[in-house]
Amino acid sequence: MTATQITAPPARQRRARKWPIILALLAPALILYVVFVIFPIGQAFRYSLFDWNGLQPLTDFVGTDNFSQAFEDPVFRGALTHNGIIVALTLLLQLPFALFLAVLLDQDLRGRSLMRLLFFAPYVLSEVVTAVVWRQIFRPGGLLDAGVSAATGEQFQGLWIADPDIVLYSVFFVVSWKYFGFHMILMLAGLQQIPDDLEEAAAIDGANWWQTFRHITVPLLGPTVRVSIFLAIIGSLQLFDLVWVMTGGGPVNASNTMATYLIDWAFRRFQFGYASAVSVIIFVLSLIVAIAYQRWALSRDLDGAITVRGA
Amino acid sequence: MRTKRSRLMLLLTVLAMVLAACGGGDGGGATDSTETTAGDSENTTTTADSGTDTTEAEPTEEPVTIEWWHIQNNDPGLSLWQAVADEFMAEHPNVTIDITVQENEAFKQALQTSLQAGDVPDIFQSWGGGGLREQVDAGLVMDITDAAAGFDSEFNGAAASMMEIDGRMYGVPFDLGIVGVWYNKALFEEAGIDGPPATWDEMLEDVQTLKDAGITPISLAAGDKWPAMFWYGYMALRIAGADVMQQAGIDENFNDPAFVQAGEELQRLIDLEPFQPGYLATPWDGPDGAAAVLANSEAAMMLMGHWAPGTMSANGPDLAADDNLGWFIFPEVEGGAGAATDAFGGGNGFAVGKDAPPEALEFLEYLSSVDVANRVGGEANLLPTTVGSEGSITDPNLVDVISARGEAGYVQLYLDQAYPPEVGAAVNDSIVTLFSGDGVPQDVVDAVNASWE
Repeated sequence: MTATQITAPPARQRRARKWPIILALLAPALILYVVFVIFPIGQAFRYSLFDWNGLQPLTDFVGTDNFSQAFEDPVFRGALTHNGIIVALTLLLQLPFALFLAVLLDQDLRGRSLMRLLFFAPYVLSEVVTAVVWRQIFRPGGLLDAGVSAATGEQFQGLWIADPDIVLYSVFFVVSWKYFGFHMILMLAGLQQIPDDLEEAAAIDGANWWQTFRHITVPLLGPTVRVSIFLAIIGSLQLFDLVWVMTGGGPVNASNTMATYLIDWAFRRFQFGYASAVSVIIFVLSLIVAIAYQRWALSRDLDGAITVRGA
Repeated sequence: MRTKRSRLMLLLTVLAMVLAACGGGDGGGATDSTETTAGDSENTTTTADSGTDTTEAEPTEEPVTIEWWHIQNNDPGLSLWQAVADEFMAEHPNVTIDITVQENEAFKQALQTSLQAGDVPDIFQSWGGGGLREQVDAGLVMDITDAAAGFDSEFNGAAASMMEIDGRMYGVPFDLGIVGVWYNKALFEEAGIDGPPATWDEMLEDVQTLKDAGITPISLAAGDKWPAMFWYGYMALRIAGADVMQQAGIDENFNDPAFVQAGEELQRLIDLEPFQPGYLATPWDGPDGAAAVLANSEAAMMLMGHWAPGTMSANGPDLAADDNLGWFIFPEVEGGAGAATDAFGGGNGFAVGKDAPPEALEFLEYLSSVDVANRVGGEANLLPTTVGSEGSITDPNLVDVISARGEAGYVQLYLDQAYPPEVGAAVNDSIVTLFSGDGVPQDVVDAVNASWE
């Protein structure tokens, strides 16, 4: 037995012998992935073509009717719009704010590690806890109203989550409160990777603070910011827990997201076929965004990574 | 040698995982014959029993397990059901009753998941109506019409019909309440209102009087949607009458003009802006709920079921203790076809799973006995549905409710439970939109008709 191993077999043969081992080692992960990821996604695609309440056999084939129904439903279009608004506000307000704080806390400030900790703390809370707490603050007659009333001496009632025109912005505020710390930490890590000598060199060349920030910090922070943007977009598209617990998508669907709409149709109306179609829409949308973003924005950062062809 | 053996082990492990994965993977089918989780030994025995036992007519002396899912997750209901189960098991030593208690919403999702897997509990919480009909259509529940006819005790007619689909009975009721207006007597007095309004116009006048006195007239939990549906459902019943309401469920549409009129009458109320601030986000339960608003005397009236006093005192002062809480039935609507005594309500029952052993029916007969029903009324604050147990209710307000139930010629089931879940959700959503001031009555009709197609 050992004799055969002394003389190394030709390379081709060696590779051929490797395959069973590779397969065997790959199998557990592969099987888990297929069973718990690929298979359910396939099932969702299948269910999405049926009118199905989850109890009876899959017989009522409706083709793409579920999809056209979704896009014709003003409530779903509203949910889609709400996701879009959250994405836009996140990119325009939350991330710049996180960047601002990161730059600030990158300076030599007293107590900056305490501040980093404080800003990062909300991210550690679960979304459900966050939602319950903020619901108590925002609800009619809640902590915020009581605080304003006490400060002004007048009875104040703000309909932060009760007014359909305001609720989405209250939700956005809480989302930002929870996640700005996370993006801040990401950017802070990125800032610390920028070598000091570059900034020193710029200073020697007579660059002012803004020029240094604009031409050195921002370009070198690029990869981090692009990852931050990516995570923020995907997170905003799939926003669920926080909204569900804080407002339930209401009042009058004014804070529905695609995910709360999906759960409403699956577990309140028990229309699993239609809900599957909605889940497929969310999946495809997220996939398109993810692939497009990777292809166009992240391609430079991923250069040399194994996910890029020809590495 | 070592490598060979470990390679073999690896292969076996992988194989085992493949098999396990396949077993779990096709659990979607309704014809699952193997129980995946055998929690205890009794459980496994039952599985073996139902697999081999072909004669199910006679109760056997062999060990039997009854799986019972209920939602009485708080005392006193929780201990009452436990006691009833213990008593039955003491009488029948071969029977084990395996109780699963869940919170309402958690129960609905767990049941749906379980039913999809073809794993039907023997006895489970049901509200009758459209949800039960879907389970009947899918062949998941047992027709117990003949068995129930042989029970020692008799059910209240409206309660029994709650558990009936097309004239066949699929479970037993244990609670049926009717919705009415709970009101704060002190606030009525403060505004100078003598007593409950008898007609809708009087009701609107009283609302205005309360507003003029600086009192919020109505507490509404539109955040939970169904409390808004109560208003519309009662109004539709008053205007359309029992026959039209029943026909709407059969024809599966809201085409009768009464359904638009009901919305128009409600708009007269909504236009008065009678609700507490932020009512669109107000839930029913909890410290910020509509029940708490009424309990704290921050509003004068609330249209709600018989469970209202319990939820109110749990979230605020006990108005009933000060004799400040009163109840009246939804007022008569002039020109409406509905009788003033007809009621809008609903309740609770237990559906019987398709594979339930005969002992499960015996247990339900015991649960429906006057004896147990008296305790349901006396201890659990529910309104028992067995004829002869009405006397167990002593709370003066609940006595009003149960006697109004006795006078009702027809009890219309809550709209979101009378119809299939999808239609029920459309009813609730469109009515909340009406209450938000954004909708018109025709929208309710359109949304409901569309969901029924």
